[in-house]
Amino acid sequence: MKRFAISRKTLGIPYLLWLIVFVAAPLLVIVFYAFTNGQGLFSLRNLSGFFTDPNTLGTLGYSIVIAVISTLVCLLIAYPTAYFLAHSKIKSKAVIIFIFVVPMWINFSLRISALKEVLTLIEGNLAMYPFLNAIIGMTYDFLPFMILPIYNTLINLDQSYVEAARDLGANSAMAFFKVTLPLSLPGIISGVSMVFLPAMTNYVVLDMLYNSTYIMGSLIGSYFSAYNWHGGSMISLILLAIIFVFTLATGKQGDTNDQMKGGAIL
Amino acid sequence: MSDNIIELKNLSKTYKGGITAVSDFNLEIKRGEFVTLLGPSGCGKTTTLRMIAGFELPTGGEILLNGEDITKYPPHKRPINTVFQRYALFPHMNVYENIAFGLVQKKVPKDQIEKKVKKVLDLVDLEGFERRKISTLSGGQQQRIAIARALVNEPEILLLDEPLGALDLKMRKEMQLELKAMHKELGITFIYVTHDQEEALTMSDKIVVISEGKIQQIGTPEDIYNEPKNAFVADFIGESNIFNGVMTGHLKVRFCGAQFDCVDDIPEGTHITAVVRPEDVIMTAPEEGTIRGRVDSVIFKGIHYEITVVSGKNEMVIQSVHSATPGNTIGMKVDPDNIHVMIAEDNTNIFTAEINKNYNLEYNGSEIAADITGIIKGSRRLEDGSVADARGEIVDTEKVRIEVAIKPQDIVMTDEHESGIVDGYISNLIYKGDHYSYVIHTDLGQDFVVDDEYLWNMEDHVGLLMDPSKMKFRVKR
Repeated sequence: MKRFAISRKTLGIPYLLWLIVFVAAPLLVIVFYAFTNGQGLFSLRNLSGFFTDPNTLGTLGYSIVIAVISTLVCLLIAYPTAYFLAHSKIKSKAVIIFIFVVPMWINFSLRISALKEVLTLIEGNLAMYPFLNAIIGMTYDFLPFMILPIYNTLINLDQSYVEAARDLGANSAMAFFKVTLPLSLPGIISGVSMVFLPAMTNYVVLDMLYNSTYIMGSLIGSYFSAYNWHGGSMISLILLAIIFVFTLATGKQGDTNDQMKGGAIL
Repeated sequence: MSDNIIELKNLSKTYKGGITAVSDFNLEIKRGEFVTLLGPSGCGKTTTLRMIAGFELPTGGEILLNGEDITKYPPHKRPINTVFQRYALFPHMNVYENIAFGLVQKKVPKDQIEKKVKKVLDLVDLEGFERRKISTLSGGQQQRIAIARALVNEPEILLLDEPLGALDLKMRKEMQLELKAMHKELGITFIYVTHDQEEALTMSDKIVVISEGKIQQIGTPEDIYNEPKNAFVADFIGESNIFNGVMTGHLKVRFCGAQFDCVDDIPEGTHITAVVRPEDVIMTAPEEGTIRGRVDSVIFKGIHYEITVVSGKNEMVIQSVHSATPGNTIGMKVDPDNIHVMIAEDNTNIFTAEINKNYNLEYNGSEIAADITGIIKGSRRLEDGSVADARGEIVDTEKVRIEVAIKPQDIVMTDEHESGIVDGYISNLIYKGDHYSYVIHTDLGQDFVVDDEYLWNMEDHVGLLMDPSKMKFRVKR
């Protein structure tokens, strides 16, 4: 039996290799490109260029606006949906999985193409409402990622908290705002972080909707397709920094709540 | 107006699946009483409490609070607060915010809230805990905060749903006394739910024993312990020896194969259940006892010995400060005062049959022509003659016993005593107007009551014929 006794370390090697090849190395390459110029010499021009170019700053600002609004719309649709699902009689896992997973089985480009056709039918010319369509596209694509963590938090929420609030004199609305909502915050945070960041970068959705809206993802794409590895890498790095700060902030918020367990997806 | 603070009238709760949790509950609770709903898990006690709190709507009956029907009021409109089983303290609020929650809902001015929170923290002995986070508190402290959070609203009734269940034994005992003291000090009506009979006996003014959604008995702890109304209560409260028996004369009762004097005046020939508390059995020399038995086991329990004695087919548990030697024969007697006799639910003969190696029902060495597969649910007979249960496992003939019930009028006596399932001597006869009721005493220590329209003589040796189609069966494990 001895030859089967593979140590944990041995089992970890493929994963470590994966991390080095696909995460650490590309990251180092990005950092290298971001801080060098065409001659391969150290340079801060990419960094200062980003913050002095009104176009890039404008795109950053606009991306944030798009992401914030998409996330809010997602949240407004997802929370009630998750709430009613969690409180409905449909306790069967199969039904829940059907609702959430089956849409994801349908190819992404097919779904967006279908959305495009529907929007064209309604709006006539998609170019008339670029902002609205960007929000609709992002919301449509990322909604399940918002519903799932919130649903998970709500389904795991001990009903006796709500009962205690009702018992202590709160009507159902008060009990919701004072107890259910704050206790489902970990799920909301988890959902927000899964929607907000992709909504800033996923320009493929916009491209497929023939949408001219320019977001951070589009910016990076355009730099790379113009073979400007240095500028593109710097923007990626800045985005990474924003993501990092955001995660740090929300993670801390989650920690202060003793209910993190509900926040994870399935 | 009566001094009842709350009245439950014909309260019922049937769930959608057709499961009845509570049926026809009638209970009156006086102002300031400490009432305990006691019963095994799943008996409906928590459902009853939840209906009083307003978390569940009854499917029948009504709840009156000070004479007013509150059955359909939502929880926040009732002057009732609850201490939850697992406390349900809000984890996102600190101790102060938790306790103040109810007062904030009622829009009590801030300075008053502060005063009240401080006062109630004093009451539960947790002064200065205002800013603490819930997660930093021990189980006992959380328990106290939960009580404080309910009490600060000055409810008319405090509901406690197994509040001490999560605490360790020592803490539990301490909290029992503290709760009792708090109840005395505040004068609020407490309705307490527990499955712990000792807790109920220690704390309550009144105990409501519940089983299968029905009230079995309502009474003071003394009543419930000393005068249990039926076999369930006797068995659930404290330890008991419970025997089936028959009244054989005026203040004479026969069980365990002997006749005892008793103080309950029940008509002759009535099937009874006799309850004897282990501490009430007196050990004597073999010849001095009402019954005799062989000591089976002796266990030292600290303040007493627990001695199990086998007498015929019966087992008697004794608690005594004196020890005994296993294997020895001893006598046992019981003071008439300490034999509690209750009329059996119905006047049915109940005996225990075994499954023999051919997987047929057997009693006293003779087979009963009843199909085992019809008795054990989902079972079937295999090709080799054995019987498998619903899960496909072979029935363990050593362990599975079948309880057989047959009515007195369904047993026929015969002179050919060999031909009956069991034989015995007529030890008692009473004329009941249109028939005679006989008590037949068998060598097995089991007495049968038989109704017959013809007159037989005392001491006649008779066989008992029983028609298997008239028998009712119940599987015992």
